[in-house]
Amino acid sequence: MNLLPTRPLTDTSNSGLKAFLHGLPGVDAVGLEARAATLATRSIKNESKAWAIDTAISMVDLTTLEGMDTPGKVKAMCAKALHPDPTDNSCPSVAAVCVYGDLVTTAREAVGDRLHVAAVATAFPSGRASMDVKLMDTKQAVADGADEIDMVIDRGAFLSGNYSKVYDEIAAIKEACGDAHLKVILETGELKTYDNVCRASWLAMEAGADFIKTSTGKVSPAATLPVTLLMLEAVRDFETKTGTKVGVKAAGGIKTSKDAIRYLVVVNETVGEAWLNPDLFRFGASSLLNDLLLQRQRMSTGHYSGPDYVTID
Amino acid sequence: MTFEYAPAPESRSVVDIDASYGLFINGEFVDPFDGQHFKTINPATEEVLSEVAEAGQADVDAAVAAARRAYDKTWSKMSGKDRAKYIFRMARLIQERSRELAVLETLDNGKPIRESRDVDLPLVAAHFFYHAGWADKLEFAGYGPNPKPLGVAAQVIPWNFPLLMLAWKIAPALACGNTVVLKPAETTPLTALAFADICQQADLPPGVVNIVTGAGDTGRMLVEHPDVNKVAFTGSTEVGKAIQRAVAGTNKKLTLELGGKAANIVFDDAPIDQAIEGIVNGIYFNQGHVCCAGSRLLLQESIADEAIDSLKRRLQTLRLGDPLDKNTDIGAINSSMQLAKIEELTKSGEDEGAERWSPECPIPDKGFWFPPTVFTNVTQAHRIAREEIFGPVLSVLTFRTPEEAVEKANNTPFGLSTGIWTEKGSRILWMANKVRSGIVWANTFNRFDPTSPFGGYKESGFGREGGVQGLGAYLHVEDPS
Amino acid sequence: MSRVDVRKTHKLFIGGAFPRSESGRTYEVTDAKGEFIANVAQASRKDARDAVLAARAAFAKWSTATAYNRGQVLYRIAEVMEGRREQLVHDVAQAEGLSSRKAAQQVDASIDRWVWYAGWADKYAQAIGNTNPVAGPFFNFSIPEATGVVAAVAPQDSSILGLTSVIAPIVMTGNAVIVMPSPSAPIPAITLAECLATSDVPGGVVNILTGAPAEVMPWLAEHADVNALDLTGIVDEAVAADLERQAAGTVKRVRQAKPHANWDATPTLSRIRSFTEIKTVWHPLGL
Repeated sequence: MNLLPTRPLTDTSNSGLKAFLHGLPGVDAVGLEARAATLATRSIKNESKAWAIDTAISMVDLTTLEGMDTPGKVKAMCAKALHPDPTDNSCPSVAAVCVYGDLVTTAREAVGDRLHVAAVATAFPSGRASMDVKLMDTKQAVADGADEIDMVIDRGAFLSGNYSKVYDEIAAIKEACGDAHLKVILETGELKTYDNVCRASWLAMEAGADFIKTSTGKVSPAATLPVTLLMLEAVRDFETKTGTKVGVKAAGGIKTSKDAIRYLVVVNETVGEAWLNPDLFRFGASSLLNDLLLQRQRMSTGHYSGPDYVTID
Repeated sequence: MTFEYAPAPESRSVVDIDASYGLFINGEFVDPFDGQHFKTINPATEEVLSEVAEAGQADVDAAVAAARRAYDKTWSKMSGKDRAKYIFRMARLIQERSRELAVLETLDNGKPIRESRDVDLPLVAAHFFYHAGWADKLEFAGYGPNPKPLGVAAQVIPWNFPLLMLAWKIAPALACGNTVVLKPAETTPLTALAFADICQQADLPPGVVNIVTGAGDTGRMLVEHPDVNKVAFTGSTEVGKAIQRAVAGTNKKLTLELGGKAANIVFDDAPIDQAIEGIVNGIYFNQGHVCCAGSRLLLQESIADEAIDSLKRRLQTLRLGDPLDKNTDIGAINSSMQLAKIEELTKSGEDEGAERWSPECPIPDKGFWFPPTVFTNVTQAHRIAREEIFGPVLSVLTFRTPEEAVEKANNTPFGLSTGIWTEKGSRILWMANKVRSGIVWANTFNRFDPTSPFGGYKESGFGREGGVQGLGAYLHVEDPS
Repeated sequence: MSRVDVRKTHKLFIGGAFPRSESGRTYEVTDAKGEFIANVAQASRKDARDAVLAARAAFAKWSTATAYNRGQVLYRIAEVMEGRREQLVHDVAQAEGLSSRKAAQQVDASIDRWVWYAGWADKYAQAIGNTNPVAGPFFNFSIPEATGVVAAVAPQDSSILGLTSVIAPIVMTGNAVIVMPSPSAPIPAITLAECLATSDVPGGVVNILTGAPAEVMPWLAEHADVNALDLTGIVDEAVAADLERQAAGTVKRVRQAKPHANWDATPTLSRIRSFTEIKTVWHPLGL
């Protein structure tokens, strides 16, 4: 059994996938977490910090995924996404807005061509629906103007070892996306072990994911530094094997600028500068943006800012 | 845009360094009898930090006499319960002054502040905490119902973990009821002197702890002093042998913690990314100035090439530079002497045909530095596979089968530690059983804890420090035979 | 006319066999009154060298035998000694000038000591080993392992009980030993060797070299394949000091001389600790 898979995955039957996935190197949880903790001690100051904050802002998928979302809520969020800091035009805009499929039209009208519109699809967040429903969910969102689709994998199928169901679904949704970008949500909080996350990452990448994403944000734990580190290692090794760069999105549970900067350090020291841009790394967040803005204001004014100086949306 | 980390220096202002220090004898700082001093420098900048006293024979005599008096009149008469409380006080003071001590350690030793702050100092405090609790429970430790202290302990420690080595020596000695005279290494005396200040703050009875600074001669005088009951030494195997010869024929009890050339063994089913971290930590942590460093990487031949590629990739993110910068991974080499040794052995590696590689690594102009280095195509017969380099230099060898890995791991006069990386549980335990070393780290490396006994087989020394086994070195048990 | 007895040739005990000294030398052993008993082999440095080879070879298997197995082997030594009780009593009485009754007490105590140590074999690891509650997600345990090859000098003044008390803890813990018995009272040791040879002790686990410790021990003290010295029976302090100095050349563990001890008292764990190494193993505790 090799250190890293190097032959292209040709046998996508369930037994072929199982042999491939179960043959991946194991992950020692304590070691992984220790490495993430050490990376978290990096101290980023001054010019580097300012750059990191702006980069983080430009990587945010500003998100609202609530049952009580209305067109009004979505429009307000889109306005903020375009001009996060009304007092400072130099503040970059975010990468994308992220909404449920039925609000894509509203979002696209609000942002025009200036931002990406990402729709969650495939019976988000549970993923428990028929394939027809999932395909319809996806196609409708793309037709309405979404240029990014955030799908969920079938965790039930994964945990019961039905890898080809997971694989085939991802491949089919990728096709239904057309030109839209596909992010595949692993829902790491339900996969539970790092070995599972490693396998699910490879499965998604082999099936055609443009991005692998940690979580729906509806289950805890969502994104963590160790799990993101692990996914970045998988992405790094996938590039070594195939030449293709897959992006990573850390979603849910990232609240402070300090957190965000830690993720950027992990990206920097695992996959390097090539991934330090919104095309290959995203934060799925809602409240993070305001903390980034507060820190940005502190850096430009020299004094601590307060909640009255950032907008609620 | 590249993500440069701006300098993030820890502030020096947290620590006050005196221009000059005396010897700490009988609870006070006193000048040496013949007034000799020597300088201690910051190896990262070559700046003089302070000057400390050079203890001569009269000073060593005075220190031992103070320790003896304190033992006879105070410390041996004190209950374990009360001794415990003094040691707990010291543990607390160390925690309170941790930041200051970490900065001081980094300045004097050259190790990155992240290590002195996150590894050294927490362990120092933990050692005093752990041993404080034993002071009044010795009858339960397995040394009979009434174990007694030995008396006065002479302790000589190295420069690689100055305050931590002091903790490993002083904490158990005091807990067991002994008094001590300790000599820190000549290049790293400052945290020991700060510890003396902590003894004063704790109101430790005078003479229980004495610190005599000096170099090899001072150490020799201390070890050879006739009124010493116990000698504890951590340092090179060569000096350890000299000390063992020096105490032969006396009644002094001896423990030695000497050098190593540990094998870090990686099997084809290892959790590879964590194994690479373990390899890196094993040899580059503390600039490789670690007796239990994983300095021989034994890779299973079937995965050697990929593992070496992954290792080189990982080494490119190591940051070498100002030890006070919180982002520094690799600090300064402790002295010009040590740097010369590393350079000599590294050159021998090239001369003997091994392939040398280092990541690109800007080296500061002043100070003593050595980039992290890997030698591949190394075999057991190379000097760099047999001799302890004590620097950030890794020698990579290969093996075919577990038995061969064990043979190569054991084929050395040393026996301090071994690393084993494999996902297979039965193989972990089988390997752990077979390797002749006092410490086995399986799927991890460089883990230390006061509850965990540390020490070597063969020429890595004898006796253990830490845990219940470590107490034995400082206790006298009535033994009919 | 009383029967002409067949007198024994007293040889060395190496690797489970009874060779003469390669030097061909012997020396005279007399009883407590100075009467001649026998010519006993006088070991040379080459015999010592061979003994180390035999001990090292035996160590590989003996140290990996289960504790239970070692306990059974030690118990069988006691069984065989019990069967030879009369011979041992005679040898001890003759060697030390003791009455039969006192010699019998010594022999009985020796047999009982083998039994005592036999009972320790599968327990001492529980007495001196343990898990350690480290402050992190790791499982951590410490276990005692055999040191290796031990060179020992048995007490001069206790030809069976002191001898047993030196050998038994060394082998019980999985080590192999080369022991030099009292030069003036070696016969009980040779009889013990016969007991060992007819019990289940693998050859080479115990090697007995009769002769002059002052001549042979320096070779063992410097030998790089000897891991530890037990100087219990060395009476001359200067000799002990020299041997300790020589031992430093390869950092051997040294148990210091204690020529006069109370062998009747129950031992402590001290000898068990002297010849074991504590190995500590760490492993992460994780998903």
